[in-house]
Amino acid sequence: MTESEFIEYLHAGGQVEAGDWMPDEYRARLVKFIQMHGSSELMGVLPEREWILRAPTLQRKLALTAKVQDEAGHAQLIYRVVEDLGKPREQCLRELVDGEAKFHNVFHYPTKTWGDVGVIAWLVDAAAIISQKALLKCSYAPYARIMKKICWEESFHILHGRDVVLAMVNGTATQRELVQEALDRWWGPLMQFHGTKIPPDEDPMLHWRIKSQGNEEARQQFLEGYVPQIWEIGLSVPDTKLRRGDDGVWEYTEPDWDELRSVVTGHGPSSAERLALRRRFLDQERWVRELVLAA
Amino acid sequence: MIYEVFRQERKGQAFQHAGSLDAPDVAFAETWAHEQYGRRGESEALWVVPRDAVHEVHDFPDEFDLKYRRVDGYSLKVRLKEARERAGTDTARAG
Repeated sequence: MTESEFIEYLHAGGQVEAGDWMPDEYRARLVKFIQMHGSSELMGVLPEREWILRAPTLQRKLALTAKVQDEAGHAQLIYRVVEDLGKPREQCLRELVDGEAKFHNVFHYPTKTWGDVGVIAWLVDAAAIISQKALLKCSYAPYARIMKKICWEESFHILHGRDVVLAMVNGTATQRELVQEALDRWWGPLMQFHGTKIPPDEDPMLHWRIKSQGNEEARQQFLEGYVPQIWEIGLSVPDTKLRRGDDGVWEYTEPDWDELRSVVTGHGPSSAERLALRRRFLDQERWVRELVLAA
Repeated sequence: MIYEVFRQERKGQAFQHAGSLDAPDVAFAETWAHEQYGRRGESEALWVVPRDAVHEVHDFPDEFDLKYRRVDGYSLKVRLKEARERAGTDTARAG
């Protein structure tokens, strides 16, 4: 099979298995993208982990712990897919703590209050599930298959987050302010989350059918699905230009792409601290891995 | 060692491939498969199989076009028409 026949096969809806022949560029793009996803799941537990000990009730503590277990489990599944593409998990972890491998922008920010926990679980997970649902159609079949389980678990997280936010907006004035303040801080990163508006025919990820939807399409889907839900519970979105046009297309203030670039290259407000924590655990728990693998 | 995990969602259904995991021995593999694929009651049972034990067979060429093994190898239309004519039942059906 030539590369152009391979592309033709993908564009006709064809899927690829781990042992199949694939062009080097396709493999390299898969590894980079899927590794980034795995690292994001792993780094994504850290902002929430900080709140397990401070959760307001036992029920919330258990739910948050379960969410953290889910995300760590996703990282495990996703790194497995990367391993079958040729890059060992140990190398993925090493590249992550050395700052060579990227992870999603939203996990580079601090969680200041319990309001952040609600906003993350509801809206960050909502933004993520939009990307992940589109990956169910990924041309690389082993990745598409595990996405089914991941999307299923993310749907619990969104409910958990929305429940936390609803409890707060139905609470005291201070609680309402807390959740609004968290939303104000998270809005910028949320709008940057799906990336810049690359025209779909110039997007290499669409060309290789790794992704099945463009960045702007994902962002529009997020706005269409969640802005009305934010408004209906009396919260406001900190963007005066935000409105739904008559054609159904949402208008918004251009996200700060410089901030996105700076954050994902490791210069976010919590990047260094989170990576230091991950590095510490990687080294500290080495003996457990060695012991288990020697079993 | 890599283990492949197959998951049965409801009793009586077929086991479907769910994913794989890396474990040092079968006891760890069973525990991790249980955690990954069953902790929300989403599975009735799991099969945890060392990857090496799975023998993949593919490529099913049909050089001789052995249609008699498939339903599309049997076009009954012409013969059925003839048989109905012979039995004098074709007009009754048409009517």
